[in-house]
Amino acid sequence: MSESIKISIDNVTKIFYKKHNSVTAIKDISLQIKEGEFVCLVGPSGCGKSTLLRILAGLELPSSGEFTIASESDERPLQSMVFQEKGVIPWLTVEENVAFGLKMRHLPKEVIQKQTNYYLQKVGLSQFSKLYPKELSGGMKQRISIARAFANDPEILLMDEPFAALDEQNKFILQEELLSIWSETKKTVLFITHSIDEALLLSDRIILMSAHPGEIMKEIKVPIPRPRTMEQVRANAEMAEQFLTIWNHLQSEVQRSRK
Amino acid sequence: MRDEKGVVLFDPYETEQQEWKKQQVKERFKQLLTIISPLFILMIWEICSQTGILDIRFFPPPTAILGTFFDLIASGELFKHVSVSLYRIAAGFLLGVIPGVIIGLLMGLYAPIRHFISPLIMAFMPIPTLALLPIIIIIFGIGDFSKVVTIAGSVFFPVVINTVAGVLNIERVYLDVAKNYGASPKDFFMKIAFPGALPVMLEGIQMGQAIALLTIVAAEMMGATSGIGYLIWTSYKAFMLKEMFVGLVIISFFGFLFSLFLRGLQKKIVPWR
Repeated sequence: MSESIKISIDNVTKIFYKKHNSVTAIKDISLQIKEGEFVCLVGPSGCGKSTLLRILAGLELPSSGEFTIASESDERPLQSMVFQEKGVIPWLTVEENVAFGLKMRHLPKEVIQKQTNYYLQKVGLSQFSKLYPKELSGGMKQRISIARAFANDPEILLMDEPFAALDEQNKFILQEELLSIWSETKKTVLFITHSIDEALLLSDRIILMSAHPGEIMKEIKVPIPRPRTMEQVRANAEMAEQFLTIWNHLQSEVQRSRK
Repeated sequence: MRDEKGVVLFDPYETEQQEWKKQQVKERFKQLLTIISPLFILMIWEICSQTGILDIRFFPPPTAILGTFFDLIASGELFKHVSVSLYRIAAGFLLGVIPGVIIGLLMGLYAPIRHFISPLIMAFMPIPTLALLPIIIIIFGIGDFSKVVTIAGSVFFPVVINTVAGVLNIERVYLDVAKNYGASPKDFFMKIAFPGALPVMLEGIQMGQAIALLTIVAAEMMGATSGIGYLIWTSYKAFMLKEMFVGLVIISFFGFLFSLFLRGLQKKIVPWR
């Protein structure tokens, strides 16, 4: 893993202005993510983690501060996002959904076809390529979303709680699939979740956030060697301790925001 | 079916098969009811006319109307009226639907356009196009084109309103996906806005179709020298009620046909629903 900085966020603040109650969603967020690093943002709901991701995704503008994503080649898009459960477009077939980013960039047909087929096969959806999403389960839809983002071959990947709506079994399977695709491509990933287990399993580093306003509270390194399994994470004594630290943090944050 | 210790056990597969067959019979019965109901009404009408319960001068029996229907076909008169009306409906329908869809999409996508045009639509919609027929005839003449314009005017409003609603109802996340993956304005229009609005848009087109039929008959009654509406109106004035009923039945038949056609089209072009 090289040590160069891939994502650099400097003092980003976002305020949602309303005449009577403006909300500071995130405040003075500064964060640097290295090339090839898998970082999870963990925080109570409403802590502005989605807002930060949407700013990086170009869907919102920061109120102040700035961020840069290091670009290696002009041909690559800067970022692609894996959306929450409903991000798959229902009027496009599985194949068209996976090819969406490539088509929007008007790449040559053969390139699109090749890249699409590769990732369809990676996520095990080749035989469903001509179907519409309505015919697929929630887990399969999220596979489409993941394949679409990887197929686009961006500089960095942003993931907004992609597995939150799945049942436990599907979640485990998809987490492992994600790790296996990720280890092949070594993309830089910023991943949002509120599941501590998920963060410990997936990430190199966990960023803990507080709510109202969303600020970075703490950083936790996850030194477990890869490839990892859930059993390893659970069996690791140090991780059990980290789990408690994060758990207590979230508990106190939720309590605090209730008052 | 087996017999064990005196207890009769049924094969579960067979039980479910029996159940399934019962369901099938019920389904077929429902379909039968749908076909029977119009025939049933026609039969009652026939009996009442034949026995004198209904005044035969105002309600000629369906069999007599059927006879007139064949006479009109044989003389070629029916074909002339029907083809003229169908041409006007088709032309007027397209002339209303196409601008309706385009303006509706633009209004749905661009808020300034929406805010500029909506008050005009709200102001013009309540005016029945038929009430404007005299002016339309002054401008476009007594020929086919004035009828085409009248239909287009009636069809336009439900289509434009439903298209705007269709665009506004597209889930926000699809717009985000398009933006995040760098869709150009053209791709955004063709790949997101149009297909996303299509289901609701088609509801509007369905309504427009019904309105087109209502409008053509009334317009031809008021100012035309041919067409189904003209046939109904002149037959009525000449007290040829059998001919009038033929016209009414034809309108009803085409309404039914168009609805079926559009429903089929809907399944074809919105397969993802």
